[in-house]
Amino acid sequence: MQAFDYARVSTVDEAVRLLAARNGDARVLSGGTDLLVALREGRDSAGLVVDVKGVPELMEMFFDRGGGLMLGAAVPCQRMYSDEPIAQAFPGLMDAASLIGGVQVQGRASFGGNLCNASPAADSIPALIVHKATAVIAGPGGRREVPVEEVCVAPGRTQLQPGELLVQLRIPAPEPRFGAAYQRFTPRNEMDIAVVGVGAAVRLNADGDHFEWARIALGAVAPTPLLAAEAGDALAGKAVSEAAIEEAARMAQAAASPITDMSGTAEFRRRLVGVLTRRTLVAAIERARRAGTHWNADLR
Amino acid sequence: MSTKTIVHTTINGDPVEFLCEPRQSLLEVLRETLLLTGTKEGCNNGNCGACNVIMDGVLVNSCLVLGVEAEDATITTIEGLASPDGLHPLQQTFLEHAALQCGICTPGFLLSAKALLDRNPDPTETEVRYWLAGNLCRCTGYDKIVRAVLDAADRRDRVTR
Amino acid sequence: MAMKENGHKNGYRVIGTRPIRPDGVDKVTGRAVFGADLHLPGLLYGKVLRSPHAHARILSIDTSAAEALPGVKAVITAADLPQVADKVKSLGESVGNLRYMSENTLAREKALYHGHPIAAVAAENIHVAEEAVNLIEVEYEPLPVVLDGREAMQPGAPILIQGLRTDELGKLGSEPTNVAAHIQHKRGDVEAGFAEADVIIEREFRTETVHQGYIEPQNGVALWNDDGHIHIWCSTQGAFAVRSQISDLLRAPISQVTVTPLEIGGAFGGKINVYLEPLAALLSRKAGHRPVKMTMTRAEVLKASGPTSGSWIRVRMGAKKDGRITAAQAELVYEAGGFPGSPVGAGAGVILAPYRLDNLQIDGYDVLVNRPKASAYRAPGGTNAAYAAEAVADELAEALGMDPIDFRLINAVKEGDRRADGPMLPRIGYIETLQAIKNHPHYRQPLEGPHRGRGVAVGFWFNWGGKSSVSASVNEDGTVNLVEGSTDIGGSRASIAMQLAETLGIAAEDVHPQVVGTDLVGYNDVTGGSRTTYGTGYAVHALGVKLNEIMRELAADLWDVDVEEVRVEGGVFSAGDRSITFKELVAQGSDTPITASAATHPKDAGPAFAVHCVDVEVDPETGKVTILRYTAAQDVGTAIHPSYVEGQIQGAVAQGVGWGLNEEYIYDEEGHLLNASLLDYRMPTAPDLPMIDAVLVEEAPTPGHPFGVRGVGEVSIIPPPAALANAIHRATGVRMTALPMSPSRVMKAMIEH
Repeated sequence: MQAFDYARVSTVDEAVRLLAARNGDARVLSGGTDLLVALREGRDSAGLVVDVKGVPELMEMFFDRGGGLMLGAAVPCQRMYSDEPIAQAFPGLMDAASLIGGVQVQGRASFGGNLCNASPAADSIPALIVHKATAVIAGPGGRREVPVEEVCVAPGRTQLQPGELLVQLRIPAPEPRFGAAYQRFTPRNEMDIAVVGVGAAVRLNADGDHFEWARIALGAVAPTPLLAAEAGDALAGKAVSEAAIEEAARMAQAAASPITDMSGTAEFRRRLVGVLTRRTLVAAIERARRAGTHWNADLR
Repeated sequence: MSTKTIVHTTINGDPVEFLCEPRQSLLEVLRETLLLTGTKEGCNNGNCGACNVIMDGVLVNSCLVLGVEAEDATITTIEGLASPDGLHPLQQTFLEHAALQCGICTPGFLLSAKALLDRNPDPTETEVRYWLAGNLCRCTGYDKIVRAVLDAADRRDRVTR
Repeated sequence: MAMKENGHKNGYRVIGTRPIRPDGVDKVTGRAVFGADLHLPGLLYGKVLRSPHAHARILSIDTSAAEALPGVKAVITAADLPQVADKVKSLGESVGNLRYMSENTLAREKALYHGHPIAAVAAENIHVAEEAVNLIEVEYEPLPVVLDGREAMQPGAPILIQGLRTDELGKLGSEPTNVAAHIQHKRGDVEAGFAEADVIIEREFRTETVHQGYIEPQNGVALWNDDGHIHIWCSTQGAFAVRSQISDLLRAPISQVTVTPLEIGGAFGGKINVYLEPLAALLSRKAGHRPVKMTMTRAEVLKASGPTSGSWIRVRMGAKKDGRITAAQAELVYEAGGFPGSPVGAGAGVILAPYRLDNLQIDGYDVLVNRPKASAYRAPGGTNAAYAAEAVADELAEALGMDPIDFRLINAVKEGDRRADGPMLPRIGYIETLQAIKNHPHYRQPLEGPHRGRGVAVGFWFNWGGKSSVSASVNEDGTVNLVEGSTDIGGSRASIAMQLAETLGIAAEDVHPQVVGTDLVGYNDVTGGSRTTYGTGYAVHALGVKLNEIMRELAADLWDVDVEEVRVEGGVFSAGDRSITFKELVAQGSDTPITASAATHPKDAGPAFAVHCVDVEVDPETGKVTILRYTAAQDVGTAIHPSYVEGQIQGAVAQGVGWGLNEEYIYDEEGHLLNASLLDYRMPTAPDLPMIDAVLVEEAPTPGHPFGVRGVGEVSIIPPPAALANAIHRATGVRMTALPMSPSRVMKAMIEH
């Protein structure tokens, strides 16, 4: 691996100062599961690696039913699904947290890192998008908060500027009769990259038979993870029915612009968008209807 | 070549200090500097689990950890799995079930399985299979490995009851 | 899993039991020293520069910047490698031309695949070596690339090796070509046979390049000493095969080469050829005789160590209404990679082997393409071949309305029949193995549910005996130190020690086996061809017989009787009413140390058969195949250590499943390997497989072996892709004719169906 310097910081300000001073030559190290591989394989380079795991704000999670979830950008996936209240409140996020790599990777990898890595196939991003998550970004000029769906701008690129640091993800508390799910398709059952990933979230009416609103987000079918806004919006006010779900799936397919690569053909991916949109909507509806139903932790 | 840093750790119960460059992985330090070669390299990018160690209670791929990140960390490698009283129950069941053939993946599987049983003392077959997904074995087809882990869980159950 | 304890069967005391393997504790504690674990004083680290092009002429190499980098101790190119002449060299499992082996070690004029070694560096640490490699400047002239075997056979295809001429059924062709060889097996009158048939099925199949996928990358440490002696430490299937390759490639007398094998982290055929060892030796000499360690990265393993051939196969079979096959014909095109030597010969031998045939023709072609040189992979060439033949057989059975096992029973070869490739079959347990599946609860219980299907397929493998040398010394306490030279990849120290223990009538734990290097034991062939438990087991039996002779003499002296009067059985020596055990006799003391050695070369290794049954469920919306249940029955002769026999079968099934469902080399049009990682080269993980029920069929002990051992390591990799294809057909109605049967391909086929 190429040589680089290493700095371990303990405050956001210190991190921002270092990142800004290196003008694009510094990389943020949280779990390292993407960064170290990229540096080793020469797909990325760095003069300085800034380890942010000593920054308390990036390593903390807070959840309350009023304010929602504040998820430090470097909190490992395994800590998320090991936290019973959080795991129960956000089964749709846990779907993704338990899919990123094996357990060895989940012990280090974070949603913040997954977002900053900006892979079109990232598992956490569609899940975050349908939860209406926002990203808190600190920079030399202060802090700003942006919707997660606006963070990625191209494969491997985010809107973060040199000197900026993702500090926290904020996820609104689940509304009543809210349900969300994330599923992906992979040839293997684990340890794989999504050929397609789909997140869906719904809020149902009091009777549980109509959509109040819905959000659908797609992975691996566009240069960035994609909010299929029209597909979700079309469900608002509609009765929960196979026809409505089918229509949303068709609209999600229309929103996708998949390519053919070694993971799958464009045609296969478009088909999977339909399949997974249906399946995640059904799972989200199920979760919305079964108030108090928890993320099924049986596989972890 | 960038400057070397001195890193203070506790490895298998002993205080250990080592010098390393920032670019050296914990895996490289363990194997090449500390000569703890029980930790194996299979892929060096987090996809095979042969380099698994337990760091501050968390199962990690040591190829995806920098040596310098181990400052103040407590690490268990395969060399620290057995106690002076004898083999860990998993080591024993792996032997009895013939859960290894070539043995290169075995240290990683043992640490991964230990991390599972520490967290979930009574896993189902499905839970074992999913937990071990990040550990590749090319010799056994996993059958005997899964049985060995389930048997070790059973035995620990019997002891604690 | 057959957990029945079958020790003491046939009167055996040790054979059939399941003792803990002798090397077990070292392997669960991290103490075992594998190839990459070795550290020597003054160790340097080596790294290879590899071609970024799949086909290119090398115009120039400038190593000056690399040499000038601080910490760099040596840089080598093909100019440092001796020129070697054409010479055919046998390595047990494979045969190769020495000149090609040299050019595969370091490219001379041309790079023939993405990852072909161009140069190598030794430096103080691996990072400096990597930096130095990046400073080597190579000027290439890229050439047109050919990746597909059948395209490479076409006139006008890019020619990889200008001097190559086709070996056309033994006669050399006259034109430049990529076809290294055409082989043929022929019997009877194929057209007359087809004319007799009521049903004829003909299909074409394509299989992709796949890798052995051992978890331990290639490695080697070399010290080329000041006195000219070369010492190699590495993970290898055969220390003697490494010694002979090093001697030939570096033109060093064989007496000047020592190879010490270290523990090996899987091989499956892929660790017979040398890759790094000659480079490490050359670097050691150039770096002032310091030891040099080299290991491959996973990407290098996939790009440049031998995978097995992708192939195109056409099979045509005809049968009468009663199920009897009247004729069969097969054509096999195997991709050898950049140099000749695909396993097409073995594939041609395997493809129709389970069937009794009066009329057959098999044509095989060994074809060069711009992919890494193929090396052996567990029953080399067999899986591709059976994928084609077993799918056609399945379709034939279906067309005739017959149960697929019954169809195979009607046509099954047995003792006295001739194999397609000539040899007469000895006593085999194939029919018993078919019946084991037919009568198994799995097969008897109907499979229910939508999108589900059950498939069966069979496999044949030749097996091999090979040469083995062993020696032993008896300790004062009656235990025995056993020295062998057969690499232990999957527990063979246990199965070898158990056979000696059985012969001597002592406990398995009382034999302490050790695998040693080329200076410390007589010649041994590689661990390959499913030979070790058979062939080296044969040797330790001979060794045990010699030790028993010495012990009889001791007993005769003790009792002052004629040695002829002393009988030995099960470790008890007796004459008249006096008797004494092996251990007691040793305790009496011996004037001379008790040692013996044996060297054997058994030639009648019995072939192996496997019959597999698999249930799958296919997701109708995604094409993803889930394996619900898997049962593998195998003709194992006699299972020495049943757990490790089951383990061989289970492991072979897992590899076959990977080959069948998801594993493949993916290249772009320029011949760059796109998926050179264990993330993108998808070998099965634990959640991808169910338990694998291994049924050990012990009805036909191999004639000529003292314990009836039959090689078990390879044959069970042969049926899985075919069994899966047949199951997918039952589940979906679709006949999959290309591997891997990945979700996207199955889905596409279902849509087109």
